[in-house]
Amino acid sequence: MTMKSSTRQVDGVTIVDLSGRITLGEGSVVLRDVVRDLLSKGQKKILLNLGDVNYIDSSGIGELVSAYTTCKNQGGELKLLNLTKKVHDLLQITKLYTVFDVKDDEAAGVKAFGQ
Amino acid sequence: MSANRVSYTLDSTLETVNSAEETAGRMAAEAGFDDEEVMKISMAVREAAVNAVLHGNAYDPTKKVTLAFERTARDLIIVIRDQGKGLDASRIPDPLAPENLLKTSGRGIFLIRSFMDVVEIHPSKTGTEFRMIKHVHGSAADSKEASQ
Repeated sequence: MTMKSSTRQVDGVTIVDLSGRITLGEGSVVLRDVVRDLLSKGQKKILLNLGDVNYIDSSGIGELVSAYTTCKNQGGELKLLNLTKKVHDLLQITKLYTVFDVKDDEAAGVKAFGQ
Repeated sequence: MSANRVSYTLDSTLETVNSAEETAGRMAAEAGFDDEEVMKISMAVREAAVNAVLHGNAYDPTKKVTLAFERTARDLIIVIRDQGKGLDASRIPDPLAPENLLKTSGRGIFLIRSFMDVVEIHPSKTGTEFRMIKHVHGSAADSKEASQ
């Protein structure tokens, strides 16, 4: 039920591998803390890998939006990678799919930063 | 087919949100919905439970959330009620409006309406009731009813 996260660096981009659920409570808090921590350390190119995120609720969607705007407001970039069908469909119906820069290939996602 | 009804009285906690979601998923699966529909129903119930616990009862330990499921031949009917001040859904901004797309909240009721076939919101001074219906398509119950 809980969400796990780990980060790694690839060519100056921080890839955050998330797994589990981004929902009200722990999942949303984990995401918020990870993004805030990265930004505080000056790591402003963030690729959120949601390939193992199998569930997200409205609170989780709000947290993704918050992460995106927080990053942008600090001069950074946040992109999404490997959406599951459920998350893809949710972003579609909420019209956020076109707001986020969504990638389905990690190498292409990393290259897309700073272009 | 006679209606099957079950109801729960729950605390205003985050555990209630998770419990409501899980129970809805189980009820929906038992009602014969496929995996995608089960996910939609359980998510709609989760969002309604979030609304009841957070915005309705505001985590007040003295206030309860009631959750009821009713299965008929045609429908799965789910009712969630809180003991808050009453929600005026008309005042919730359209989350799809361009100026609201980057807001971090306000999508719960939109998702409920997206995932359920019928959604009625009944606010009163003693709380808000969400009545949500998902039609049972192509089920054994439908076939039985059609043959009668």
